[in-house]
Amino acid sequence: MALLQLERISAQYPGSSAPVLADISLTLGPQQLLVALGPSGSGKTSLLNLIAGFVAPSGGRITLDGVAVQGPSAERGVVFQDDALLPWQNVLDNVAFGLQLAGVARPAREAKAREMLALVDLAGFEQRQVWQLSGGQKQRVGLARALAADPRVLLMDEPFGALDAFTREQMQELLLQVWQRSAKPVFLITHDIEEAVFLATDLVLLAPNPGQIVERLQLDFGQRYAAGEPARAIKSDPRFIETREHVLAQVCSQRLAIQAEARA
Amino acid sequence: MSSYEASLSTSKTSPALDVLPQSKPQRPALSTRVISVLTLVALLALWWAVTAFGLIEPLFLPPPSAVLQKGWLLATTGYMESTLWQHLGASLGRIGLGLLLAVLTAIPVGIAIGRNRIAQGILDPLIEFYRPIPPLAYLPLIVIWCGIGELSKVLLIYLAIFAPIAIATATGVRTVDPAKLRAAQSLGASRGQLIRHVILPSALPDILTGVRIGLGVGWSTLVAAELIAATSGLGFMVQSAAQFLVTDVVILGILVIAIIAFALEMTLRALQRRLVPWHGQSH
Repeated sequence: MALLQLERISAQYPGSSAPVLADISLTLGPQQLLVALGPSGSGKTSLLNLIAGFVAPSGGRITLDGVAVQGPSAERGVVFQDDALLPWQNVLDNVAFGLQLAGVARPAREAKAREMLALVDLAGFEQRQVWQLSGGQKQRVGLARALAADPRVLLMDEPFGALDAFTREQMQELLLQVWQRSAKPVFLITHDIEEAVFLATDLVLLAPNPGQIVERLQLDFGQRYAAGEPARAIKSDPRFIETREHVLAQVCSQRLAIQAEARA
Repeated sequence: MSSYEASLSTSKTSPALDVLPQSKPQRPALSTRVISVLTLVALLALWWAVTAFGLIEPLFLPPPSAVLQKGWLLATTGYMESTLWQHLGASLGRIGLGLLLAVLTAIPVGIAIGRNRIAQGILDPLIEFYRPIPPLAYLPLIVIWCGIGELSKVLLIYLAIFAPIAIATATGVRTVDPAKLRAAQSLGASRGQLIRHVILPSALPDILTGVRIGLGVGWSTLVAAELIAATSGLGFMVQSAAQFLVTDVVILGILVIAIIAFALEMTLRALQRRLVPWHGQSH
């Protein structure tokens, strides 16, 4: 049964008539890791902002458990590209922040925060200051913070986009482990094709002008990793490479079509 | 507003500039601090020399030793029926009360200006209208309204400090990272929680800069106000001593006023380092 449902969503920037997104329909179920892949301008960030409730759609309906989404809420946890942590709090307090807002007493919220930090391999970092962390560590804290508030779904806005290639691979693997252990449905946006193919159980490919879904794929590479297969073995699997090249070809043909349209 | 914003932005970049000389492998033979201390020592020596050799009459410039002696006398027995401490206490009490009232009111007003379009429309022009007026220009009006007592001086200080803090707070509130606001909202923050947990801490570096600017303006305003209309305080002490040509008290008073101003500035800087250690860190 679908948890999060988007029905024929369209969106435009305030004061602009050109649509950013047109006719987007999506569902996200309990066991899914849904990845929206697209070049810049394809409206993927707008899509995430709509689901998070930061902006309202100009048409269509977004529901979570059958209830219409209105504004941001703790049900939909968000991990941001630029961590968005609070530098005046230490790591533990940052992770416990959502529970603090909900009025949970200090011992209980700190216990939960410690648990989440252990989940993202940051046990022992509780008392660190945010500015003492590396980019990858900050993203882990952001992930732990979103999970600590126990959201129904986890939204990730290009969470590894600013990280170097090595750290990004580590973080992808960590995300798959966390996804499996926490059993939270995840909606993630990215412009990295290999990342999308590796992580997704469901991949939607977005094309720009206006943002629309041009292809949907069901994949199992992430599940294979979660089941114990080594990441490098999966990424060098001919099927993985074939899928990656197929998606890349799709993105390129979209781009060519747009260029042709621009010339015409 | 522009002058305050300019000073705010320079204060933001200064930590990075402070770090630069340390990154050089070789330290210069004389550090800036040593040069500053040497300059002060040279000035004191010059003062001592010109008075010891009788180049200037004590009426115009008494020797350092006489000023020091007078300082001891003032601290123990007093001048014009009050000791130095009582004059100092009167001045510090006035600025302390003015500062407290200004912080309590200017920060909420600054938040309102920064967050609310209507509040900005109402309050911004009012503050921008009175802020450029030198406080001493409206002191006579305050004296007509509130008399010559403590109220008029505290009110004057309050007005002088209020504007910088309110404007700095509004600037800080407007420049809060929108991603942090969204993060807090998606963790379930209410409007009140957003202000308490995200907006206020984000704006704190700017607020403290506003307090620093405000205290500087407030202190000079206070001393000037005491020169004009007061029966106690450091400004009054200097003014009444000048009327009787007691130059050593005048010089002592000026030195104490300078030292207090310096101490206020240093205290605020220490407070800034302590309260906002993340400020200027790359994060």
